Amino acid sequence: MTGIAAGLLLQLGLGALAVLSALALAPALRSLVGGIFGTLIAVTGFLTGLAALLGATGGLVIPIALPMDPLLLAPDRLGGLFMLIVSGVGILVSLYSMSSTRGPDASRTAWVAMPVFLVGMQLVPAATDSVSFLLAWEIMTLGSTVLLFADHARRSTVASAGIWYSAMSQLSFFFILAGFAVLATASGGTSFTDLQAIEPGSGAANVAFVLFVLGFGGKAELVPLHVWVPRVLPEAPSHVSAAMSGAMVKIGVYGALLVCVRLMPDGPAWWGIAIMLVGGASALYGILQASVSSDLKVLLAYSTTENMGLVFLGLGASMLLRGYDATAAADAALVAALLLAISHAAFKSTLFLGAGAIIHATGERNLDRLGGLGARMPVTAAAFGIASLGAAAIPITSGFVAEWMLLQSLIHGGRLDGAVVSISASVAMPLAVAVIALTAGLALLTFVKAYGIAFLARPRSAPAADAREVPPLMQLALVLGALSILALGLLPGPIAAVVATTFSTDPTGAVQAVGLGGVSLPGIGATLDPVMLVILSALVAIPVFVSIIVSAHRHPARTIDLPWGGGGSRARPRMQYTATSYAEPLVRVFDDVLKPTRDVQVTHVAESRYLVERVRVEQRVSDVIETRLYRPVLNLFQRYGIVVRHIANGSIHRYLSYSFVALLIVLIVVSL
Amino acid sequence: MNATLSAIIIALVQVVLFVFLAPLLMGVIRQVRARIEGRVGVGIWQPWRDVRKLLAKNPVRAEDSSWMLRAGPVALMVSSLLLCVLLPLVGTIPFPHIPSDLFVIVSVMLIGVVALALVGLDGGTAFGGMGSSRHMTVAALVEPTLLLAVYALSIPAGTSAISVIVETRLFSPEVIISPVSVLALVALSIAIMAETGRLPVDNPGTHLELTMLHEAMTLEASGRDLAWLEVGSWLKLAALLGLVSNLVAPWGVVTDFTLLGLAIGVVAIAVKVLVLGVLLSAGEIFLAKVRLFQVPELLAGSFALAFLAVTASYLVA
Repeated sequence: MTGIAAGLLLQLGLGALAVLSALALAPALRSLVGGIFGTLIAVTGFLTGLAALLGATGGLVIPIALPMDPLLLAPDRLGGLFMLIVSGVGILVSLYSMSSTRGPDASRTAWVAMPVFLVGMQLVPAATDSVSFLLAWEIMTLGSTVLLFADHARRSTVASAGIWYSAMSQLSFFFILAGFAVLATASGGTSFTDLQAIEPGSGAANVAFVLFVLGFGGKAELVPLHVWVPRVLPEAPSHVSAAMSGAMVKIGVYGALLVCVRLMPDGPAWWGIAIMLVGGASALYGILQASVSSDLKVLLAYSTTENMGLVFLGLGASMLLRGYDATAAADAALVAALLLAISHAAFKSTLFLGAGAIIHATGERNLDRLGGLGARMPVTAAAFGIASLGAAAIPITSGFVAEWMLLQSLIHGGRLDGAVVSISASVAMPLAVAVIALTAGLALLTFVKAYGIAFLARPRSAPAADAREVPPLMQLALVLGALSILALGLLPGPIAAVVATTFSTDPTGAVQAVGLGGVSLPGIGATLDPVMLVILSALVAIPVFVSIIVSAHRHPARTIDLPWGGGGSRARPRMQYTATSYAEPLVRVFDDVLKPTRDVQVTHVAESRYLVERVRVEQRVSDVIETRLYRPVLNLFQRYGIVVRHIANGSIHRYLSYSFVALLIVLIVVSL
Repeated sequence: MNATLSAIIIALVQVVLFVFLAPLLMGVIRQVRARIEGRVGVGIWQPWRDVRKLLAKNPVRAEDSSWMLRAGPVALMVSSLLLCVLLPLVGTIPFPHIPSDLFVIVSVMLIGVVALALVGLDGGTAFGGMGSSRHMTVAALVEPTLLLAVYALSIPAGTSAISVIVETRLFSPEVIISPVSVLALVALSIAIMAETGRLPVDNPGTHLELTMLHEAMTLEASGRDLAWLEVGSWLKLAALLGLVSNLVAPWGVVTDFTLLGLAIGVVAIAVKVLVLGVLLSAGEIFLAKVRLFQVPELLAGSFALAFLAVTASYLVA
């Protein structure tokens, strides 16, 4: 038995043990044991994925009773990379959940579902045929759905979110199933090697491509299939949202890569353009919604749509450029897309865990009621801050490296040896750069808002003022997450070099590690060495620090209640800017896209209409795509349901007459 | 001479020169404005005196403010100093492994933008938050112009390394007056005006809080905190003006290290930055600050120019 087979088998065994222990144990022990088992599963998956990524072969054969080939789980390098991503998030989430879960989140059902979810996510990238892929996919979806419903009894929003999630994930599943069915019919086999025989330009391939993009795009939260995200991720327990956003969404990305890079590479140019369009639209729409959101978890959920949009933009650019033989730029774009996925897994799971820590400490996820948490929860603040920098793509985090590489591949993609590759590329590349730039700019605002409003200044409510730091295990998960973001950002070279092996046998022409963990793109002549950048900034900072020390020695700081208060001596915490007011200019600028509804109620003093007693302002930004696209369809179904209810009103006589008529019709048809 | 050593010397000279030059540039800008408006003015050395005064004061901090009020100004200062190191101002000899990549430079600048915005929020007052919110909105909308202008500039040189771009312009000056380059430069200049809080986006001389962007964020800072914020912003303006001047007129910049060349490079960049400062100041006399909600229109215009520059360079060239 090979190492990979042993690793996969061990995971399945640990998963089964975890399920049994969750069923058997008393509530007090359940979280602890469940968390330990989760960590073990994730560590096993991490090692298995690492082995597969570094080129180990072998797999687990699962014979089945049905008259078909046995299922084979044997991750290739790409699968190994995604197992690594998923289990990395799994480790953080499992450590965190040991002390974060309480009440309904720690119920028996929830702890049974957790290992199922974790193992399911790891099996999808290990699958080598469409049957085991779909099976693992459904295990993953089932686990996540049950976890989501954990708190449905207390909060009605959870049930609604759960229904949206179930409907949308089954829709995704349907598209993927249909896609595999089309490919299997055309190629005559179900294993991925059989499916690779398909001619990428053929009709069946085109149909399958569209179905796959719809299916995997839905899982990867792309517009317009993202509607479940802003409902589900905020309502799920925070460790589950972290696992969903950090890991499960990546499985959607894996699916897209499987189709576009492994099964049907070299597709027609419109495939790349279609993926770029979907990705670009998702990136812009996601970050725009995130930037105006005041609910911390909704903000993070929409930002996931943005990040996945960027990943797909990179993937689409790489497909388009490969079609024009701009191989160096295409490889760089694909590495950038993979790095974006990795870095997103690191920073978004840390952000969701951080949001969970805030909820744990204050019970609030509305940014407008937070503030001043930096002094009260220093570890959470530091981890959340680093993760925010990652999400805003600021050096020296992982997000920056990935975005830099994507931009480099795009600006060098339009030309090959000085000649313009094609008209479509010369329009697509500048547009893509513009989309990334606007996205990056808005992400900057979004995460300055999220961090600044939650952690700086003064508490805006009593629970925020009474917040205490979370338990040590939760802190540990947050710190590990933050460290991984910095490590990915400081040492991009070796990581990018390994990542490039997932799709290329000789990646040194595309990506190389140089200097102190720096990355170089020899094909397009660009280099980045974050460690050197850090050293350089440390050097220029020395004189500043020396003068600060000298000045601090001579002129110590004074602390007073409030220096200016903008002219008033009694500025209260309520007078601070809130998240809503912070995003107000942006809501105005993008009024046409966001279509906010405002409701202003002015209450006058009883004695005089000239004196105002109270002004109540309510602003709601709804999801335009949901109200314009989904609502009409749902209304149609609802009307259909009302009509059908008249036909089926419960009367037994009516049903008997229906059967009689049906029988008559059948007899008539048969006799014809 | 060894390339690494000459790169280090040039970087050192650039930092020292710009730390000296930035307050002087502000002094010149204010003095020119005062003279044109018919005032006597305070003299070109006043910013220097202000900084010295601020560094010798006890900083006053709000009770609920966090470490951000201390660290933010330093972060802004360091990011501006890094700009002075990375941009080819005196010479175009880059550090090994740190090519002066424009995307990296923009990100380094964004560190300062974020630090300033967080300082604005940390005071816990309405004005700080207001300034921070507006500042970030403008920064977000400037970003597309900035990166597309970088893209357009990178096309003739085939790389986004700014030192190579400047060298290309130095050795083949016809690139500078090509329509693509002119469009990109205009777009870049508008973006830089917005990014450094100059008219018509922000009024640096305002004393009315409601119209403030930059000033509103620094209201709560005092003593050395304020000094770093001010010097950091001035340095950023000086370095970016230096970048524009070297893109428009790259002559005098050091490409092969000699002591004479270095001296010429220092004088050339100082003169170029100060001349650009005078032009900026004179130009600002004729401008009024536009309404905050008209700024996006201005930036959309500059974005269109930058986009035109990129596509034109593909389709025309």
